[in-house]
Amino acid sequence: MKEIVIISGKGGTGKTSITAAFAMLAGNNAVIADCDVDAADMHLLLEPDFSHAEDFYSGFKAVIDQQKCTKCGKCKQVCRFDAVQKNDDSYTVTPMDCEGCAYCAEVCPAAAIQMVEQNVGKWYISKIKSQTEMVHAKLGIGADNSGKLVAKVKKEAKNVALQTGKDLILVDGSPGIGCPVVSSLSGADYVILVTEPTLSGFHDMKRVFELIQNFHLSSGCIINKYDVNVEIAEKIHDFCETNSVDHIANIPYDETFTAAMTEGKTIIEFDDGNLTNILKDSWKKILLLTDSH
Amino acid sequence: MKIAIASGKGGTGKTTLATNLAHLLSQKFPVVLADLDVEEPNSGFFIKGEKIQEKKVFRMIPEWDQDKCVLCGNCQRVCKFNAVIKLGEEILVFNQLCHGCYACSELCPQNALPMTSYEVGKITEFRQNDLHFLEGRLNVGEEQAVPVIKETINFAEKKFAPGILRIFDAPPGTSCPVIEATKDVDYIILITEPTPFGLYDLKLAVEVMRELKKDFGIVINRHGIGNNDVIRYCKDERIPLIGKIPNMKTAAETYAKGGLLSETIPEIRNALEKIIDNLRTLEVLS
Repeated sequence: MKEIVIISGKGGTGKTSITAAFAMLAGNNAVIADCDVDAADMHLLLEPDFSHAEDFYSGFKAVIDQQKCTKCGKCKQVCRFDAVQKNDDSYTVTPMDCEGCAYCAEVCPAAAIQMVEQNVGKWYISKIKSQTEMVHAKLGIGADNSGKLVAKVKKEAKNVALQTGKDLILVDGSPGIGCPVVSSLSGADYVILVTEPTLSGFHDMKRVFELIQNFHLSSGCIINKYDVNVEIAEKIHDFCETNSVDHIANIPYDETFTAAMTEGKTIIEFDDGNLTNILKDSWKKILLLTDSH
Repeated sequence: MKIAIASGKGGTGKTTLATNLAHLLSQKFPVVLADLDVEEPNSGFFIKGEKIQEKKVFRMIPEWDQDKCVLCGNCQRVCKFNAVIKLGEEILVFNQLCHGCYACSELCPQNALPMTSYEVGKITEFRQNDLHFLEGRLNVGEEQAVPVIKETINFAEKKFAPGILRIFDAPPGTSCPVIEATKDVDYIILITEPTPFGLYDLKLAVEVMRELKKDFGIVINRHGIGNNDVIRYCKDERIPLIGKIPNMKTAAETYAKGGLLSETIPEIRNALEKIIDNLRTLEVLS
């Protein structure tokens, strides 16, 4: 089984639109995983049926039992996150600030502090319009632990692939270089970087590439909107060559991306011209590259 | 006054709005701009100032003192993040997993896990006339953005007088880094694209702001592409729509090179002036 992860460093480079197009091209040979759990958008194009849903619990928050509390203030004293508030006549925990370390519960002489497990989101297994399965999730509002939810989505996608005998998992990752990205990279066989030729796009791609190198993963690059600045596109091209990143495609600036999205369609359903051809060629190339790595 | 510029979806124009707004306003009075998108900081491409100083950001983590340790395993028991593990005759500390709660260190009966500092990023301060620019930057390989965001905000608090306007370029998403960047501000501008992805992620961001009980308004970037659903949403939800930045390929080209749109594109400068007027009407700006 192969796992292909698509990331970008910078947001808004077209990562999700391109991943959704690849998902359609992969047909029912692939299980799709939307690991951009903070802002999961792939469902807007792939029409999932949300047929299987489960709550996701991860992490704990401290809750003070006011009946048992002797107001000694020890909890406030040890908390490094300023999560314990002293009120007129009580101590309370601000859930948003609590990291769930349980130090307060550990030292409370009255055993008045309970650590309560948090429901931080939901995850789903859906059938999508390409007649395959997609595993996706929705992170609760303001919840932390997005890295753990990413790990869960990936694990479930792997289970589905094993059960249905599919040999490919296609993962849409999140922007940045932090814990959800690290989590989406673990276990990847091949990483596709979708970038744009802007100073920001190139800078962010280089940072996320450094992360990929830490994991010793092979990677390829798609330069979207390459004609917005041909000079920077050239530099990205050179960077890829120097660092053994496969150059997969250059895609021109094209508002068809937005038009397709507005219709709730992937590019390959919406456009029967140049863009679709580039994406089809790219997908073929990616399959060859992942076979050879 | 502290204003954060945030969005659910990435790449909708947070940095564009933050840098252009800060630059325009700094022609009238002093402004502090802080780039809190520490995983991928980009504001620095648009603000060219004189470098004033650089400060490393440290996090506290425990370090095992083998000579003092009696291998009681209490540290492993109290750590809820699996960051401290007893493996045979050794105590292993996993820096990336540690949240810096001090429990293992302070509850060690032998004082065998003293806390030491560990570099996770840096803050750089620049100045361009009346525009003070701070960049928070997370080291690649570090997973936790929040400590660097927190330190960058603290740096701004200590260094600049409370009366100076602060503009924060927040990270994308809806989880802990965004909360950290927005929880103590007075006003939030959510910037979005008028597309289905933009609207869906905007709704998530709105939910976060309501949860935090924050005052906020919306700016549409690339106005003209997509559809009118975001405008309708703002009306239905009675959220102030404080600006529309037109969709122009020249804007993308100027952005690519690190140029300020307000300097070269009159239509965009007008849109930004209008946002400033609206912020005044809303009494966010004086």
